[in-house]
Amino acid sequence: MSTVILLLVTGLGLGALYFLVASGLSLIYGLMHVLNFAHGVFLTIGAFLGWEVGRRVSDGTWGGLLLSMLVGVVVGAIVAALTEYLLIRRLYERHIEQVLVTVGLALAGVALMEGIWGTDPIYTAKPAWLTETTEILGARIPNDRFLLIGIAVLVLLGIVLFLRGTRYGLIIRAGVENRHMVTALGIDVRRSFTLVFAIGGAAAGLGGVLASVYYGYVSAHLGSSLLIFAFIVTVIGGLGSLAGAAIASVLVAVLQQFANFYLGGTGDLAVVLALAAVLLIRPSGLMGKAAA
Amino acid sequence: MSEPILAVSGLHARIAGQQVVEDVSFTVPSSGVTALLGRNGVGKTSTIKAVLGLIDRTGDVRLAGDRVDRLPTHRIVQRGVGYVPEDREVFAGLTVAENLRLAERDAEPRRELVERLFPDLVQRKAQRAGTLSGGQQQMVSLARALLNDNRVLLVDEPTKGLAPKIVGEVAEALEAVADTVPILLVEQNLHVVRQLATDVVVLSGGRVVHTGGAAEFLDDDDLVHRLLGVHGDHAESDASEGAPAPEASATTDTTTEEGRA
Ligand SMILES: Nc1ncnc2c1ncn2[C@@H]1O[C@H](COP(=O)(O)OP(=O)(O)OP(=O)(O)O)[C@@H](O)[C@H]1O
Ligand SMILES: [Mg+2]
Repeated sequence: MSTVILLLVTGLGLGALYFLVASGLSLIYGLMHVLNFAHGVFLTIGAFLGWEVGRRVSDGTWGGLLLSMLVGVVVGAIVAALTEYLLIRRLYERHIEQVLVTVGLALAGVALMEGIWGTDPIYTAKPAWLTETTEILGARIPNDRFLLIGIAVLVLLGIVLFLRGTRYGLIIRAGVENRHMVTALGIDVRRSFTLVFAIGGAAAGLGGVLASVYYGYVSAHLGSSLLIFAFIVTVIGGLGSLAGAAIASVLVAVLQQFANFYLGGTGDLAVVLALAAVLLIRPSGLMGKAAA
Repeated sequence: MSEPILAVSGLHARIAGQQVVEDVSFTVPSSGVTALLGRNGVGKTSTIKAVLGLIDRTGDVRLAGDRVDRLPTHRIVQRGVGYVPEDREVFAGLTVAENLRLAERDAEPRRELVERLFPDLVQRKAQRAGTLSGGQQQMVSLARALLNDNRVLLVDEPTKGLAPKIVGEVAEALEAVADTVPILLVEQNLHVVRQLATDVVVLSGGRVVHTGGAAEFLDDDDLVHRLLGVHGDHAESDASEGAPAPEASATTDTTTEEGRA
């Protein structure tokens, strides 16, 4: 029983990380039909700069961590918005070029960060409470899981409130459905493209800082490994669906944890099989548009 | 009255490498309804999309004398062009109210007008547009264009696929607004064309093959048959006092005629 609880909560924590990456990927694809392979860079640069600032001000304290998260959010948003504005904007509807540019940016970004921070993981300090555990029904749960889950829930709520309660949110929801019709109503949909990149980048940058808490280190490859699972999550959830991304993040991460523990470390294989099953049975994903 | 609200000249457009609009020129007068007619697939929808810049195009498009063909779609629309697309294109996942709110550009959108024309929509504000009937979706689509004080409306087959009673309602709504704003109307139902149109522009194979007054055109049975592949509506409508008879509405005859694609 305690093992099940531990796996479940750990799965939720990991799912929280997936969601922070997948939410942006899914919105970006939904609105702009861009598969953003550079999304992992937003995460990694957020993690590195968040760590750099946080440790200088107050290493291993809540204040330092909070500052790191803030820096991660801001850096992720800025880098993502610049990426859209300087590179992607010229390439809408040109899918091959988009893939080439975002993949190129991902490779260059990793190389650049390796150049600055080296190829080895850098171990990070965190507030003492996060290194401790809390007992739930006999399971000793590392406290960092709760932080991850709580923040991902807040981010989900924040994005939902934004999408439902603001005019930009309305434009984005409409644009995910039918971008051309939005422009035909006299709306400059491109402005919301930049905004969606910024929001996705902010979530990813925050995810980067939280990933460094979860794994206990920062590395230039933090983003690339999470990005693969985030893409799988996005496809399983349905490209363009935020709710789908949230549900699939949890399903994928929990499945991964259970398969790793009970089926001899086959978590990644189980995820790929789940992806294949969804693609065969429901190609548009759990919550995706039928024709997308 | 003198200057046309919309003047198109030498308009070319291609979709997926295929030329769908070829050297199209016509004008829309600053009042009344100009019907854009032609058989299925001649390029009516493409012409409207080209005017709006929704598809790649070249040529000269002027709105009240100002060139707009270099502007992106949203800027053309902001200058006062209302668009009611073929197949409605409401946002299925948004509510009726959200669909309308999204369309509001003016500081004081004309909500009362829309509520008066389409009282049905008021009750269905909170309903998702995707769950509306075809007729109700068409009301939403028309309402989106009527909310703003536009200088011209581009309306693409507003009665397509609707029951005769709803066709009448849509035509009435258009007739009511035609007093205040000029309309370029694509319409297959020749009863509706006769009811609304002052002028006609007829396309064939992506080119303009006829322009002129609406009544003269519709009265010329041979011309209507040659250009649209259907018989004119006047015989039937005279007999039935203008009530739209479904069998008399324009359904393209594909077997006869010089089929141009
Ligand atoms: N997305 C597309 N891809 C390829 N060809 C297209 C596309 N859209 C339109 N066409 C072609 O362009 C031509 C003109 O189409 P268009 O929709 O403008 O005709 P239309 O006059 O509006 O027809 P209808 O009366 O059926 O609405 C047609 O031959 C059509 O097959
Ligand atoms: Mg058409």
